Amino acid sequence: MIVAKRKPFEEILQMIAGHRKVLIAGCGTCVAVCLAGGEKEVAVLAAEIDMARRLKNQPIELGQTTLERQCDREYLAQLDDRAASYEAIVSLACGVGIQFLAERFPTIPVYPGVDTCGLAVNQDVGWYEERCRSCGRCVLDRTGGICPVTLCAKGLYNGPCGGTNRGFCEIDPEQPCAWYAIYERLKGQGRLERIRAITPVQEWRDTVPRTLLQPGYRKPEKAKS
Amino acid sequence: MRLSYPANVKIILVPCTGKVDVMHLLQAIQRGADGVYCVGCLEGTCHYNQGNLRCRERVERVREILQEIGLEPDRVRMYNLSSGEAPTFVAYAREMTELIRRLGPNPLKHSKPSIRLEEAA
Amino acid sequence: MMKSGSNLEKILRAGHFAFTGELGPPRGAHAEEVRKKAAHLKGRVDAVNITDNQTAVVRMASWAASLILIQEGIEPNYQMVCRDRNRLAMQADILGASALGIRNMLCLSGDHCLFGDHPTAKGVFDLDSIQLIRMVKQLRDEGKFQGGAEVDGRPSIFIGAAANPFADPFEWRVQRLAKKVEAGVDFIQTQCIYNMAKFREFIRLANEEGLTEKVFILAGITPMKSLGMAKYMKTKVPGMDVPDEIITRLQGVARDKQAEEGIRIALEQIAELKEMKGVHGIHLMAIEWEHRVPEIAERAGMLPRPVVN
Repeated sequence: MIVAKRKPFEEILQMIAGHRKVLIAGCGTCVAVCLAGGEKEVAVLAAEIDMARRLKNQPIELGQTTLERQCDREYLAQLDDRAASYEAIVSLACGVGIQFLAERFPTIPVYPGVDTCGLAVNQDVGWYEERCRSCGRCVLDRTGGICPVTLCAKGLYNGPCGGTNRGFCEIDPEQPCAWYAIYERLKGQGRLERIRAITPVQEWRDTVPRTLLQPGYRKPEKAKS
Repeated sequence: MRLSYPANVKIILVPCTGKVDVMHLLQAIQRGADGVYCVGCLEGTCHYNQGNLRCRERVERVREILQEIGLEPDRVRMYNLSSGEAPTFVAYAREMTELIRRLGPNPLKHSKPSIRLEEAA
Repeated sequence: MMKSGSNLEKILRAGHFAFTGELGPPRGAHAEEVRKKAAHLKGRVDAVNITDNQTAVVRMASWAASLILIQEGIEPNYQMVCRDRNRLAMQADILGASALGIRNMLCLSGDHCLFGDHPTAKGVFDLDSIQLIRMVKQLRDEGKFQGGAEVDGRPSIFIGAAANPFADPFEWRVQRLAKKVEAGVDFIQTQCIYNMAKFREFIRLANEEGLTEKVFILAGITPMKSLGMAKYMKTKVPGMDVPDEIITRLQGVARDKQAEEGIRIALEQIAELKEMKGVHGIHLMAIEWEHRVPEIAERAGMLPRPVVN
């Protein structure tokens, strides 16, 4: 799933400093699961802002809502009749949701309440680890199901470098070396020949805004609203 | 034992301090309580294993939030005791009351929050 | 067949035991500092590696310091890391370097930015070191850019790379060397060697795989300046293998004799490496100790350096 981290409170407070009526909009999907922007986090942020502003003698009117998903038009539509009554919106969705919300209400400033941190697995409640950078050219078949783009600090395609340290990365003694892990896994599967061949220079696909159209589908003449 | 404790302490019963949420503590302060404290079982004796430990972490989180918004973190605290320790319970109630008196009233009690829940249509 | 005409290449192809040094460019714009350090190395080594923002700390550009060396009559070995530039900048720099007389190049991944003085910089790593080797070879031998277009005027570069026989997993190290050979590397300079037993094993495997016949291997030597340095290298530098016997030897002498003991250890290593099948030279990395190079070269029996025309 997509994981995000709440921005520091002071930063959010600065963004909305000039506003007197603000909507806090959460998202009920990825960011709710990773405890950054669901219903509960919306309530906490609203309480924080309310208290901080009253303590400064600058009271603020707040609205709070959590949409099922901010990356789907039909859920954003639920705010159509109400958004205009707010001076600004703080979105706790991932960067995708924040932008789609801002696109839906182009006259209202939309601020990010979280920093989107990547595509991660759920290691435990509140603990997530990045696994994919969505590079658009998956090499996991060659690397034993371990992503060198994400998990090697240098993103090497022909690792490991000379900095691997007893199975860990030179950047952090607690960060496993991706290429050490790739080697161990492929060795265990008897498939080391996969990394014996040189992986050629990557043809990057994530250097332009990407649009995805699945086979068998077409863009509607005019995007429906 | 019929021990008396400060009358300003209002007790809210929960099945386990693990039930206490960040929002419960925050709302108490938001609505004007001068202080809130959680009294859990002794660490290591939770019937649900982790309840009182989770509560402590939530109390810590709320204390950070109070610091961020400009209120004294000590308005929210965590205590632990066993069910047989009535005198300790009284001692904690007095300590907390004393502490809050020194901090003075919650400045938020003079105004009201204005937060509207926008239900998804 | 001569590929670059560099002095280092001539020495190696003539069958001489090569000897290279290293110089870190200054943290500023003073050419004088490069000249001062270089003076100690002149005539004592066959080529001098010029590091490229080593340990991810910004310094004078490697190509620029390399040119200063050429002005001083010393042959540079221009280091290039993948961390700081993409394939366009790399190829442009390679063409420029060759145009201005640089003939040796060392292709490296580069230390992560986190180690340096700009820890939040974005590392480029458009290519890795193996892909870089292949790109230089393609420019030189096929006259083609990485993107496929024709090069008008091929660069003359003797292609080098690093190898660390001591990083994990050990069994994979020779395989990775083989990948560099397949990519087209001409010479290898190894990480600093302290664990001779492990290095002997590495070379034995490389000989067995026939790699030492396809590539020149220069064994990396860094004399210990003190016990403190040895302990630091042992515990703090990733991928470094300093056996206890080195620590014990340095502990066994008075503090003011530790540098001399460090040099003695290095000289013993060089003596053994000279006789080791599959080793074609020494790469001496006297870190901030350039002024001791003349003495080390002399005592190691490396002087005078052969001249090959």
